[in-house]
Amino acid sequence: MKVNFTQKSLRATHYAILFLILLGSLFAASPAFAQENVPTDDEVNAIARKLYCPVCESTPLDVCPTQACHEWRELIRTMLAEGKTEEEITQHFVDQYGARVLAEPPKEGFFWLIYLLPPAVILIGVVVVFRSLKQWTKPKAAAPVQSAAQVQKDDYVSRLEEELKKKK
Amino acid sequence: MFAEFGYGILLVSFLVTVYSLIAAVYGATGKSAALVESARRGMLLVFPLLTLAAGALVYLLVTSHFEVAFVYEVTSRSMPTYLKVTAWWGGQAGSLLFWAWLLAAFTSAVTIRKWERDIEFLPWVIVVNAITLIFFLGMVVFYENPFTRFWVVGGNVEPHMFAPAGATLFAAPDGNGLNPLLRHPGMVIHPPMLYLGFVSYVIPFSFAIAALITGRTDDRWIRLTRRWSLWAWLFLSFGLVLGGRWAYDVLGWGGYWGWDPVEIAAFMPWLTGTAFLHSVMIQEKRGLFKHWNMILVILTYALVVFGTFLTRSGVLSSVHAFANSPIGPFFMGYVALTLVISTALLIWRWPLLQSETEMKSMLSREALFLLNNLLFMSILVVCFWGVVSPLASELFTNQKVTLGPPFYERATAPLFAALMFLMGVAPLSAWGHSTVTTLGRAMWKSALAAVILTVVLFITYTQNYIALIGFFLIALVLLVTLQEFWRAARARQRAQGENFFVALSRLMGRNRRRYGGYIIHISMMLMAIGILGIEVFQTETQGALKQGEELTLEGYTVQYRELASWPDEADGVNYTRAVVDVYENGVYLGELTPRIDYYFDSQQNMTIPGNRSTLKDDLYILLVDWEPVSNAGATFKIFVNPLVNWLWIGSLLFLIGILFAAWPDRDPAEEPVRASRKVRQGVSA
Repeated sequence: MKVNFTQKSLRATHYAILFLILLGSLFAASPAFAQENVPTDDEVNAIARKLYCPVCESTPLDVCPTQACHEWRELIRTMLAEGKTEEEITQHFVDQYGARVLAEPPKEGFFWLIYLLPPAVILIGVVVVFRSLKQWTKPKAAAPVQSAAQVQKDDYVSRLEEELKKKK
Repeated sequence: MFAEFGYGILLVSFLVTVYSLIAAVYGATGKSAALVESARRGMLLVFPLLTLAAGALVYLLVTSHFEVAFVYEVTSRSMPTYLKVTAWWGGQAGSLLFWAWLLAAFTSAVTIRKWERDIEFLPWVIVVNAITLIFFLGMVVFYENPFTRFWVVGGNVEPHMFAPAGATLFAAPDGNGLNPLLRHPGMVIHPPMLYLGFVSYVIPFSFAIAALITGRTDDRWIRLTRRWSLWAWLFLSFGLVLGGRWAYDVLGWGGYWGWDPVEIAAFMPWLTGTAFLHSVMIQEKRGLFKHWNMILVILTYALVVFGTFLTRSGVLSSVHAFANSPIGPFFMGYVALTLVISTALLIWRWPLLQSETEMKSMLSREALFLLNNLLFMSILVVCFWGVVSPLASELFTNQKVTLGPPFYERATAPLFAALMFLMGVAPLSAWGHSTVTTLGRAMWKSALAAVILTVVLFITYTQNYIALIGFFLIALVLLVTLQEFWRAARARQRAQGENFFVALSRLMGRNRRRYGGYIIHISMMLMAIGILGIEVFQTETQGALKQGEELTLEGYTVQYRELASWPDEADGVNYTRAVVDVYENGVYLGELTPRIDYYFDSQQNMTIPGNRSTLKDDLYILLVDWEPVSNAGATFKIFVNPLVNWLWIGSLLFLIGILFAAWPDRDPAEEPVRASRKVRQGVSA
């Protein structure tokens, strides 16, 4: 039942998008529409590849088989034919549907955290590992072989004593 | 009747598991062997019980009992029987039952063995497995019951397990049918493989927790679960590879991996699992990193549950959907609880887990293994954050964002490259101590050959620096690894006076884990060739063609010949199939038939590519669109994916490598256990 519901709501969203796009293309039906040099599919896909529609998650627009995404691509073609640049077209979709249509969020405000957190955590990891490595290898560098054996012996003896204490 | 029977059995299994949990805890704390034995038998009973419940569900699926909500959701009359059976894991409720059933099977396999000197682990292994099983069974019994049926109540159809007052049973004439994307053979095996991998990791985790609780924190738990970890890794890896192949064959976007959160959910436990696989060797050989191995196995378990949570709770589509899903918060709570309890146990036993020796050199094998772990963890950080941060964004800024492939590729590519470099160096380093000189002496020949090969590639094939770095690393690892085989076999040949191939096979047979590992390294490099090929060199074009017109790309010419569209009422599918003729530099290669299958019941399109695959490249053609009535024109999208076949060849070799390493030994004799250290300790005592 749940599946059904989500499918229905997905479809509803698709129709809503379709409607908006049709509305948009009505307004866009300026004389430029009838221009002769129609942009090629490759030109359209070059832009579509970097966009994601809000419904088909994780599927880039250039390969998404749904009707709504087809309409989006046609919208890109129309805008290209009108002489709009890639930035303008992308911005149009961002204005309409939010930053989620981009393959990556813009580097601003809260979104900086998305980009900065992984390198920060990894850097901490690197520091921790190298410091521990240095620490672990230090005694050997500082003192000759004999003391390493000594350490091991002490270690063993103290553990033995500990065990004996426990037994008591 | 079967629905009531199945649900009844589910309830009984749940209760038996709860009983086993309680009996095991009391048995262990009260030192009652009889209670522990009773708990063990309880756990052994759960598997046949759940098999009965699963049998009831499969029966309902196969016989199209559409009064059962789950059967209605995932099957339809037109589906072939084998798909009706596999629909078991095609929906939420069924897949959770499938999870529980697998866990019950593994728990039985573990508890049935002779325990003898490990008997103190037994109750706690039962406890961990029982808790996990109770969690999953609880969800199936109380929230996602696959046996819920439809009832007509006051004119409305409602799903309930048992008949509400005055209700009559309602059976739809036909079901929804399985999502067409899931009807591919790859998809039939892919989820069970992933689940097998997921569930197998519960076993090493349960032993780790048992070791923490009992305080028996030597390497015993690692030795007991080594095979489990390997098999878990095998299943998980195989599941991931199958998923990639399925995406390539069915999803119709020219790729095999899209950094989709669902994919990453399965990839994350693989990352910690792979790190674990490496770092346990250090504990076995050198007695180091005991804390770290515990952390890794705990993380892997948490990520397994988290992965199931991600794919099952609805959280990925929206945090708000998650809040409405009954099982979402339940899952989240369980993951949190697991982490808290495991961490508490680990802190409690921290002093018992001290390293037995010291690290002597920054270039020793153990130090390099530590770097390997650091890299795997770094990739995990990127993946985890990539999945979680869009949710965080939605939660805190109320704005949804997408994190697509560019984010992951940029962040993980250098990490993968560093891993490859380590793969080239680490096999040459020695346990305990290595220096720049010893390493340099061991690898200069391979490094030089790799440099020469890279220069040749630079002149003849590509000037793309990313590809060149990649190819250099691949060549380095391949040469170093092959040289390792060569050197060891030659040494044995000289020492034993055997023929080279006899020496090689005996050598590998005696050190299966080591040479299995090397085979896996080689296979990884073959896969890397494929990945580099498609990621760096993929080209594409798209165009609308009239009959007889052509598209050209990278020396290939694709000519549109004809197109036909016909419904197959029995299968509920409308097929639209185009025929194109393919030429390479004017030479006719044959025809390809890309198609679009439209499924009536789910109103979904499936784009099946026409693909011509060679070792050099794949010509991958998609039918995008066509003129409906005349079929005179059609739009095609063409990809040329260089070298991608090596990805699949590498995957096969990879499988062989793991099987070689994991296959049960005939002679279960204990291997020498850090003999040198024991002797040293004996002397110093």
